[in-house]
Amino acid sequence: MGMDRREFLRLAGLTCIGIGVGGAQLFVRTKIASSEYAPPEERLTAKRWAMIIDLRKFKTEEDYKRVIEACHKIHNVPNIPDPADEIKWIWTEDFEHSFPEQMNPFIPESVEEKPVLVLCNHCGKAPCVRVCPTKATFKRPDGITAQDYHRCIGCRFCMAACPYGARSFNWRDPRPYIKEENLEYPTRCIGVVEKCTFCVERLAVGKKPICVEKSNGAMLFGDLEDPSSEVRMYLAEHFSIRRKPELGTQPSVFYIIGGEEHA
Amino acid sequence: MYDGGKIIAGIVIFLIFALFPIYSNIGKAYQPPKPKLDTPEIQKMVVKKCVEPKEYMIPEHMKLIVDWRDAALREAKRTYINSRGERYTISLQNTCMKCHSNKKKFCDECHKHAGVKPYCWDCHFVKEEE
Amino acid sequence: MLEKALVGSKRYWTLVFILLGIIGIAFLVYLKQLKEGLGITGMSRDVSWGFYISQFTFLVGVAASAVMIVIPYYLHNYKKFGRIVILGEFLAVSAVTMCMLFIFVDMGQPSRIFNVILHPTPNSILFWDAVVLSGYLLLNILIGWNALQAEYKGTPPPKWTKPLVYISIPWAISIHTVTAFIYQGLPGRHFWLTAIMAARFLASAFSSGPALLLLLALLVRKYTKFDPGREQLQSVAKIVTYAVIVNFFFFLLEVFTAGYSQIPGHLHSFEYLFFGIEGHGKLVPLMWISIFLSLFAIALLVIPPTRRNETTLTVACIAVFASLWIDKGFGLVIGGFVPNPFERVFEYWPTLPETIITLGVWATGFLILTVLYKVVISVRERVGFEESAH
Repeated sequence: MGMDRREFLRLAGLTCIGIGVGGAQLFVRTKIASSEYAPPEERLTAKRWAMIIDLRKFKTEEDYKRVIEACHKIHNVPNIPDPADEIKWIWTEDFEHSFPEQMNPFIPESVEEKPVLVLCNHCGKAPCVRVCPTKATFKRPDGITAQDYHRCIGCRFCMAACPYGARSFNWRDPRPYIKEENLEYPTRCIGVVEKCTFCVERLAVGKKPICVEKSNGAMLFGDLEDPSSEVRMYLAEHFSIRRKPELGTQPSVFYIIGGEEHA
Repeated sequence: MYDGGKIIAGIVIFLIFALFPIYSNIGKAYQPPKPKLDTPEIQKMVVKKCVEPKEYMIPEHMKLIVDWRDAALREAKRTYINSRGERYTISLQNTCMKCHSNKKKFCDECHKHAGVKPYCWDCHFVKEEE
Repeated sequence: MLEKALVGSKRYWTLVFILLGIIGIAFLVYLKQLKEGLGITGMSRDVSWGFYISQFTFLVGVAASAVMIVIPYYLHNYKKFGRIVILGEFLAVSAVTMCMLFIFVDMGQPSRIFNVILHPTPNSILFWDAVVLSGYLLLNILIGWNALQAEYKGTPPPKWTKPLVYISIPWAISIHTVTAFIYQGLPGRHFWLTAIMAARFLASAFSSGPALLLLLALLVRKYTKFDPGREQLQSVAKIVTYAVIVNFFFFLLEVFTAGYSQIPGHLHSFEYLFFGIEGHGKLVPLMWISIFLSLFAIALLVIPPTRRNETTLTVACIAVFASLWIDKGFGLVIGGFVPNPFERVFEYWPTLPETIITLGVWATGFLILTVLYKVVISVRERVGFEESAH
């Protein structure tokens, strides 16, 4: 035989590659004939979903709590006591820290001490989507920044990229920290990143996000690209701000601050 | 041959380990798992049918589930129109498992037999069964 | 040729087994991390990258620095580096391997690593980093191994490796540039959002990498019959001198921009790292040690007698390596996360399991390095090294 060890190893390597390519064929899907996928008929649609949070209408601690708990409950968001491992979809932060670029020692105390509801901004130009190496976080055509937990590799590049601290990582198994499970909705597993989804599962069945529903009118939700939508009308009438607009991320969450109520 | 004894002994030891699954099962009757369909939801059905024919579901269900997942999650297409033209809401937890509520008998036995560990259940809930 | 790694002195085997022991323990701890999640590390919601990613960043620099030996040898025909060019290339192989391992141990779902290839995403810098790092690993293995094999047989290296050598030069620059881009392109992380980041990375790489190589060469000379050569080491020392000064200059540029502009976002991370904020200052002593070591090393390297004296040169190289390890293997990544996007301070400190896993990866790299260097030295001890052979 005119084959030395080196030659043999080379051939063996090539054979392995060949088997690998052949094996890859196994993953090609066989789609059943005449089946189809369609968006649900009862869904809500928009060109770009946006949210308005009218902080003037949040009067008591209860107003915030109701919204946050409703969200965290239906989405099986665990309640982990250690702040390092916390998972949060929507929560409160004081004005000063939510809008650090608005630092001003003379703003009314009522504003300064006002808790602000913070969540994923579903940015028009989302840095998290730009950096994700697997498209696990991606932009839907309706402007929602979605997260595919099945694909997420847990590299946490998106967490470094998000200027709003909106993303949480599952540092440990979330299941033991879920008090009341919503059996209609999944949990997440160890090692993936999660965040607010603008309730895609509710939009699909014709309902607005749960926080909006529970806010008693203090939060609005609608199509930013539709000039006649409720959100556009409201934005046209009230002065609104967004978090860190100077970064050019184009957040889709608007805040009405207002301060003192005038009669 | 250098070290002939050692080489032969090595080969024998290797074969003992490598062939373990074969000789340890010789003479035992092969018993494939039988997934059970006797759940309350399925009993209620007049015509007992899955989203697609059984012949398709048995070998292809994993691929269908992955397609469902991608369609629902990534393309917001949460309705599946099957080969019979019927519409189903895409959801492992709320559609598949609604009928197949006997996960232990329906899913686990077969998966264990086939030596596969789908990670579906790391996140997707199954209602407690007795 | 690899069989040369299987015969060695007692000292060689002791080293190999110590390294294997560390790797073994670290592997067990990694299994625990795999089961319980990255919660066993000191990382948090606010400091979401820690020791693993900072080691990765630092080691990309060490890997890229091989180019500082390759350029004089291949582009400037500085024949004397023929003795050590392979040491640089194999150091790069070991460093890139560690980089990949650090990325891997940092992943929340490591079993899905192939999603990066299955769903290629060119807009993600991490995708490009995976591409350039694996390419660089392949280049250095091919170039180094073929050169050594040729030396072993007493023939010139195969012609097809020459273009690879030229490709490897810009490629080395690219791996560290792309790694810097991971950081410098993120809005809202002021500490990293600086155009000089890639340049600073390279300067730091070209000082810490050759400093390490110099130390390794001294070890090789002390414990084996192969002498990398005094003049060669002095040339490397000069490279380290220039690079460490440029690196410190770049650092001062950053300090000026933040300090003179007084823009809070730019100031905060520096404030945290060097003075502490609101009583939080775990990194403060380390950062000052890093500054002190850099200045000390610059002094030793700039003064010709202390650079020529191999004892003081060794001290200087250890100082350079330690200083830049603190700066890039710790402060740079952590500093970018503190304060967090809410301008709140949450500190980070590695935990014991995290440290053991980190040590395990370093041990793996060092094991690869030991084996590769062993092969090089065995070949050279047998053949005897002649510069004219190249």
